[in-house]
Amino acid sequence: MDVTVSILPYLFVLPPLIAAILIMITGNRNPDVREFWTILAGIINFGLVFYVYRRILDGQILESVHFTIVPNVSFFLKIDTTGMIFAGVASLLWIVTSFYSIGYMRAANKINQTGYFASFAMCIFAALGISFAGNLFTLFIFYEVLTIATYPLVIHNREQEHIEAGRKYLAYTLITGQIFLVGIIWLYHLTGTTDFVAGGFIQNVDNPTPFIMIFLLMVIGASAKAGLIPLHGWLPAAMVAPTPVSALLHAVAVVKAGAFVLVRIIGYVFGFDLLASLGVIDYLAWAAAFTIIIASVIAMRQDNLKRRLAFSTIGQLSYIILGLALINEQAFMGALFHIVAHAFMKITLFFCAGAIFINTGYKYISQIHGIGKQMPITMAMFGIASLGISGMPFTVGFISKWNLALGAIAGGNYLYIFVLIASAMLSASYLVTVFVLAFYNKNEEFTEFREVRKDILIPILITGAMSIILGIFPDAGPHFYELAIRSAEIVANGTGG
Amino acid sequence: MRDFFPAFIVIIPMTISLLAPLVGRISKVFLRLLTMFGFFLSVIFSAIVLRETLTVGNVYYNFGNWEAPYGIEYVIDPLGATIAVMVSFIALLIVIYSREFFKDEGWLKNAAYYSLFGLMVTGLLGMTVSGDAFNLYVFLEISSLSTYALIALGGPRGTVAAFKYLLIGTVGASLYLFSVAYLYGITGTLNFADMSERILPLMDSPAMILIVILLFLGLGIKMALFPLHMWLPDAHSYAPYPLSAFMSGVLIKVPAYVMIRYYFFIFDVNHAVLQNVLQIAGILAAIGIVYGSVMAIAQTEFKRMLAYSSVAGIGYVVMGMSMGNAYGMIGAVFHIFNHAFMKVALFFIAGGIKQKFDHIKIDEFKGLLKKMPVSMYSFLILAFSMIGLPPTAGFFSKWYLVNGALQEGLWFFIVVIVVSSVLNAVYFFRIIEFAFLNKEEKERKCKIQSRFELPLSMLMPIVVMTLLVLALGIFNADFVSAILTSVVPEVIK
Repeated sequence: MDVTVSILPYLFVLPPLIAAILIMITGNRNPDVREFWTILAGIINFGLVFYVYRRILDGQILESVHFTIVPNVSFFLKIDTTGMIFAGVASLLWIVTSFYSIGYMRAANKINQTGYFASFAMCIFAALGISFAGNLFTLFIFYEVLTIATYPLVIHNREQEHIEAGRKYLAYTLITGQIFLVGIIWLYHLTGTTDFVAGGFIQNVDNPTPFIMIFLLMVIGASAKAGLIPLHGWLPAAMVAPTPVSALLHAVAVVKAGAFVLVRIIGYVFGFDLLASLGVIDYLAWAAAFTIIIASVIAMRQDNLKRRLAFSTIGQLSYIILGLALINEQAFMGALFHIVAHAFMKITLFFCAGAIFINTGYKYISQIHGIGKQMPITMAMFGIASLGISGMPFTVGFISKWNLALGAIAGGNYLYIFVLIASAMLSASYLVTVFVLAFYNKNEEFTEFREVRKDILIPILITGAMSIILGIFPDAGPHFYELAIRSAEIVANGTGG
Repeated sequence: MRDFFPAFIVIIPMTISLLAPLVGRISKVFLRLLTMFGFFLSVIFSAIVLRETLTVGNVYYNFGNWEAPYGIEYVIDPLGATIAVMVSFIALLIVIYSREFFKDEGWLKNAAYYSLFGLMVTGLLGMTVSGDAFNLYVFLEISSLSTYALIALGGPRGTVAAFKYLLIGTVGASLYLFSVAYLYGITGTLNFADMSERILPLMDSPAMILIVILLFLGLGIKMALFPLHMWLPDAHSYAPYPLSAFMSGVLIKVPAYVMIRYYFFIFDVNHAVLQNVLQIAGILAAIGIVYGSVMAIAQTEFKRMLAYSSVAGIGYVVMGMSMGNAYGMIGAVFHIFNHAFMKVALFFIAGGIKQKFDHIKIDEFKGLLKKMPVSMYSFLILAFSMIGLPPTAGFFSKWYLVNGALQEGLWFFIVVIVVSSVLNAVYFFRIIEFAFLNKEEKERKCKIQSRFELPLSMLMPIVVMTLLVLALGIFNADFVSAILTSVVPEVIK
């Protein structure tokens, strides 16, 4: 691994921040200029993904200059294979979501659009910062920025219901954030560093007890955002936000940030060997397995489409957590790729839910039986994404789940394979039924073909198509699959910086 | 000439405040300009002295050329100089800020205000630079007496609060004086440097127990450490706004600095007596942090909420001090600065809202964002700093304090710090919700007309202070390594 000092990490992170500032400045005067900033920054980031990923795949690590922020601890960014995966997903989906948002927000004629787009850009800024953070300290800064930047989006409509959801969100994320911080400082205190090293940087464990405690504190901090039961309460509540927010933030940026922090903690702070010897990782695996099943069962009982998707997110996020908790190379790779896979599929589902709401005003599944007649394209995409979530071959979901299952076998944990299969069947029952009922039921209301406006439909088509393309050619685009394999290899062998 | 600079730090504000009544009779404008000029000079001189302490080492000055230990000596170390810069800088901003509050009053009230304010600052600056125990007492009384009178300027309720503070504050000052008397009794000197040498063999004497406890109580009252804080909520809420800002930001911090000097630089901090007192101080501070935050949540008036939050703020300082290690010490001193900037700015914002719309209650703040965007965005940053979110300065106070607590294995403190962050979030996000999310309920009557949302004399200090909080956070590594680590006493390194 050769580490190159480069300005690229900052170039990568800054466009959304600058966009957020420009949006705030120009926002209220001219909506078109405002949206132009979002799109411009999105395009720059999109281009950067393709410019940078090659160099990363060639084994380079791009590191920014260090900026000492407290004595002995510096703030710096580092682009490595793992960070590239999350940053790539966030950047690619940001631009798609921006087009969708513009259509959605204008169609729904929402208030406070300036604040909305600015916060949106800030969230992406934070997500990119989290992916490129070179140490726990930097990561925590961006993690807290993400917490705050999401808050205005959750309470976007400013009604009592939203304000209460916002409070709940803050309560969960701020408190667990503080717990995370205690873990970070404790670790810093014991080891004198927080810089990520593939395969873990903790050496000389004489007394395992503090490390077990630190691991638990950090897991609490990360898994609240990742929606691990019992820390998931904010996620369904936050579904009151406008749909594009739910789509990008609750399927991509926020929840994945939580999962990604776990990737860093397990792969780059503790490392597989240490975790295996500490023995604490099994609890996390059980919690994840429990969450997968329970979330699926709860999802079945939801009639509100977005809430059903929210619980599905909780369950799917725990696939990632389970994959990480199995601590072997195959499962780690599967977990990383599931970050990509789930992002594309879930965002499609949310986009479809938003399209249905814009077109018909309906939020409940019982209201949209037979809607396939009116919105066949949307519902077809919904079907593809649902099948993907349940792990159907030739969709992106299959690839990640296949690797997760292989990882479970490699670890000799047959119970987890059972969990994976059970959950696949459960998700087939609660998501695919929506799609089936949409086409096979007849409804007086939906008789003629009337699709949603094009600026909403096209993003749905793009993400839906990507879910299939990545299922057949997992290396399409910026080689997410190869990046995941490479990361897992590095982490498992503990080579490189 | 350079040799006199340490004396100028104190003498210039004193001279000007004594001239103030005469000048005030002639012209209010001239009075303000003169006071501003005085504090500006103080800032300059303390900055020069700070530079000197950093490059050359501690700066000494003997009054009347009487060599220490016979004469009165001023000793300024980097920390003292930095605190002097902070005190005089905040004083300067407060004089600028005070304009709107006193411009309609008669000459006498103006003159009284500026003159007393100048004396108070003189006292505080004197406390930071003096190297003599009794001289320090004199400055303590100068600042206290002028504070009592200043609080009484805040109207009838202010008078009652001032009287209350007078009673309690006098007890505090007397307790300090007793401890100085005992110190003189056993060591035979009042000079700090001299005392620190002579006290070492005497640390076991029974008088030390009394001295340490008297000092703790005396300074504890002055810095409003729980449970000696009873005077603070009333005094802060009923004093004129600029004064509340100064009291919360500076007045209660300087005694804390004096306590650090006594405990860590003069006495032997590793001795059992001090360890025990520090342990008690730490527990009281922890209770004070939680108590202050809970009481702040219970308040309906913005200013009173900030007052209780100051009780919590001083708790952080004492908690860091009580840990007795380098991290805790840095955390404590860093929080002195950080809390000063945050609280002064928050009181400035409170004063701005009061002057513009006459609002004092929190639930009157609904939809204030539209009317006062700059103040409200500043408030947002300050609130984040109070909660301790990165990259504001509050986060770094927490970083050092938690590090210090970990080093000593003080889990109780860590829990308190985390709980306090959450409680801070509760009472600040309540205001953020009102100001940013709720709609205006009724049309507001605007009391002052100005080009910006507030007159520039009020808006500028708010913005400056907020930027300082951000800068203190982002550049804290330089600040800490240049100034704070150089003053961490050798015994706890």
